[in-house]
Amino acid sequence: MSAAHGDHPKFLQHHFHSAEQQASASKLGMWLFLAQEVLFFGGIFVAYGVLRFLYPETFLAAHAYLDVKMGAINTVILITSSLTMALGVRAAQTNNQKQTVLMLALTILFACGFLVVKYFEYSHKIHVGLVTARSFSATGIAGSPHIFFSLYFAMTGLHGLHVLVGIIVLAWILMRARRGDFSSAYFTPVENAGLYWHLVDLIWIFLFPLLYLVK
Amino acid sequence: MATVTTANGHASEHHEVGSNYLNARKGVLSWLFTLDHKRIGVMYLAGTLFFFMIGGILALLVRTELLTPAGDLFQGDTYNRVFTLHGAIMVFIFIIPSVPAALGNFVLPLMLGTKDVAFPRINLLSFWIWMLGTAFLLYSIIAGSVDTGWTFYTPYSSDPQVGSQAGSAIIWALMGVFILGFSSILTGVNFITTVHKMRAPGMTWTKMPLFIWGIYATAVIQVLATPVLAITLLLLTIERTLGIGIFDPALGGDPVLFQHFFWFYSHPAVYIMILPGMAIISELVTVHSKKNIFGYKPIAYSSMAIAIISFLVWGHHMFTSGQSELASTVFSALTFAVAVPTAIKVFSWVATLYKGSISLNTPMLYCLSFLFLFTIGGLTGLFCSTLATDIHIHDTYFVVAHFHYVMMGGTVIAFLGGLHHWWPKMTGRWYNENWGRFAAALVFIGFNVTFFSQFVLGSQGMPRRYHTYHSASPDLKAIFTKWHQVSTVGSYILAAGLFITLFYLLHSLFRGKKVAEKNPWGAKSLEWLTETPPIEHNFHEEPVCLHGPYDYDEISPDGQGAGADEDDDSPLYLDKKTEAKKAEEPKAEEKKAEEKKAEEPKAEEKKAEEKKAEEKKAEEPKAEAKKAEAKKAEETKAEEKKAEAKAEAKSDDEADKDKK
Repeated sequence: MSAAHGDHPKFLQHHFHSAEQQASASKLGMWLFLAQEVLFFGGIFVAYGVLRFLYPETFLAAHAYLDVKMGAINTVILITSSLTMALGVRAAQTNNQKQTVLMLALTILFACGFLVVKYFEYSHKIHVGLVTARSFSATGIAGSPHIFFSLYFAMTGLHGLHVLVGIIVLAWILMRARRGDFSSAYFTPVENAGLYWHLVDLIWIFLFPLLYLVK
Repeated sequence: MATVTTANGHASEHHEVGSNYLNARKGVLSWLFTLDHKRIGVMYLAGTLFFFMIGGILALLVRTELLTPAGDLFQGDTYNRVFTLHGAIMVFIFIIPSVPAALGNFVLPLMLGTKDVAFPRINLLSFWIWMLGTAFLLYSIIAGSVDTGWTFYTPYSSDPQVGSQAGSAIIWALMGVFILGFSSILTGVNFITTVHKMRAPGMTWTKMPLFIWGIYATAVIQVLATPVLAITLLLLTIERTLGIGIFDPALGGDPVLFQHFFWFYSHPAVYIMILPGMAIISELVTVHSKKNIFGYKPIAYSSMAIAIISFLVWGHHMFTSGQSELASTVFSALTFAVAVPTAIKVFSWVATLYKGSISLNTPMLYCLSFLFLFTIGGLTGLFCSTLATDIHIHDTYFVVAHFHYVMMGGTVIAFLGGLHHWWPKMTGRWYNENWGRFAAALVFIGFNVTFFSQFVLGSQGMPRRYHTYHSASPDLKAIFTKWHQVSTVGSYILAAGLFITLFYLLHSLFRGKKVAEKNPWGAKSLEWLTETPPIEHNFHEEPVCLHGPYDYDEISPDGQGAGADEDDDSPLYLDKKTEAKKAEEPKAEEKKAEEKKAEEPKAEEKKAEEKKAEEKKAEEPKAEAKKAEAKKAEETKAEEKKAEAKAEAKSDDEADKDKK
């Protein structure tokens, strides 16, 4: 529907009056979407809280089996990716197409790096049987460690899925940036993708201490 | 406000005579891939009404089984599946999308005076997701059918070894509801953004129709509550498949946690269902009594209050599930608090009717039905929120009757009222008014016979979700049998009323009298300003909102006629381009008139409008500076359009000559 009509900017959809209205509408929509994401993750965080309250010793004993080093590396990777994302938005706002593309590419790279680290963590856990309740086979941990590891997989798995979605979204934005869709007059998609990416980062910032740094 | 004008490229579409959103494009694909909120609304309407019928037929099966104390129609397992399916379809597939996604989609942008919702693609996506979720939920029937009840309580739903849950049916159903939730969230995001960003110039928050307020409050709940259900069902699915020990007590989980999670969504969801119903009533009660709403702001703000309180009362579903007494007491007190904003609404509606010019047409009959039924539903809610009485009536037919009075007697009745109210605008056809009234009466009677008797059953101790009823005492059994039979007969009357409605509405689509006027009810909100049925882009030119949505000055509270402060019968909203066009383009006007075969009323309208336009001009100096500026901009625009229109008229004439 965004076909050009004479004096119309190409990106302006027909049902909006102005680029400003379109931009503020899509940003509000994005924030609302993020609000529902927060509540979505809120549920699983509450579950974590309740179960940790029910099994404090288990959580303490089981968390030692997570690899803090890998978790820390991933934390650094994600925070850096948030920086490159922010720089990418800035570059789009200042008409710097080359830098926009570069920064988006870097962000995607970091996101992939995060998943690679996660893959090594997961495969190790699965290998030693630290998995969800029904197939849990590791021994020697006090309490009901399967609950901790179930939560670990549920929470980081859900987060990992969001990272994956982020990569897809960022790749799409990257493609559009290369095509030259964005300028100082129109950069909302970059900004919105950035907002999403920051939220994904933020959730990890909570997951890391809750799971890896119980003590 | 109006900086960039409407796209010139669309102008030609606007000018096509007799073109509307229904016939502007043809073919099934033009519907399935449409971005037009009106078409999406109509598709939602068709879909939800279809599943209303399916869910209703399942309810009839349940009622028929209960005619006799013995289980002669179904085995217990089948009965459980039937009532689960009835509940799940009615709640997740029908009621939740019915008013917001079906009627709301159609009406909301029109009421706001905008061309579409903020995100038309997401709007279409939400409909597709709704179909996908529905498909999943229906597939669960083939996969073995769920018998947990629509609430999917753990541990029954989480244990793969129990009963009919052994199959994969429950997973399909959970995923179906999970997916349906996304559809609901997307609709909510879309509507909130649309209300915030897309209102017509001059439409402040307190000049919005109350329908918008209700839908807005609903959308807030949809966005904030539904994701909690999503994560809950997702966790339950993982619990079922991999075993994570969150809900399953056998693995160390807490089944009551599931109830907390579930009701954290599903109680607000009750208000996702009723707030849109209330929103519709706020419209019907003014339009069909030709009287300004009593207490605009209290009604608007009470919608928001209900939305907020709705998040704080979920524990009243769990008084008997072992939560702490303190928690129960707090939840009980908070639940009573819901009665305050709700009562504000009901009193305001009744006060609106007082000394109004009430037309007892079909929409108004549904509106009055709502006032009775919803009040009964609301007041019996107080019995349930009182801790001591709730222990007695918990899980009995009293609760069943209570929530049917609110959900069906409230939301569905309001939905039917709204459907009849906007039907002429949506379809351009009149339904048969006499059949409409008759059916409304049947629905009202049938509903009360069906569900009032269940209050009696419940108070006598008849538990819900049983397919047989054998009591130790023969007296009690006789009482149960009698009232169950009354209830079942009532359900047949109710069904008769609803099927009659279905038939005359379908009939009206093909044989109904065409709606000649834009505003058959004489309403004041913007959706009545456009053509009937609306043109593809809603308005010829963006309307400007100058007055409140219910400024009926024919009748004022003291019976004195026009309000003193307002300029008599000036139009409340102006569709400027149309006016300009009509004044300056008699040729095109005549052509239109010829085709519509309605010359005389048109001419009269034209005169009236010219008169209005004059008055409008006289009024201008009064307007604030800002408004004046906006108008100026629009006038120049109108002139440009005029030139265009003339050019077009010429080419039209030439085309005509060519044809000849």
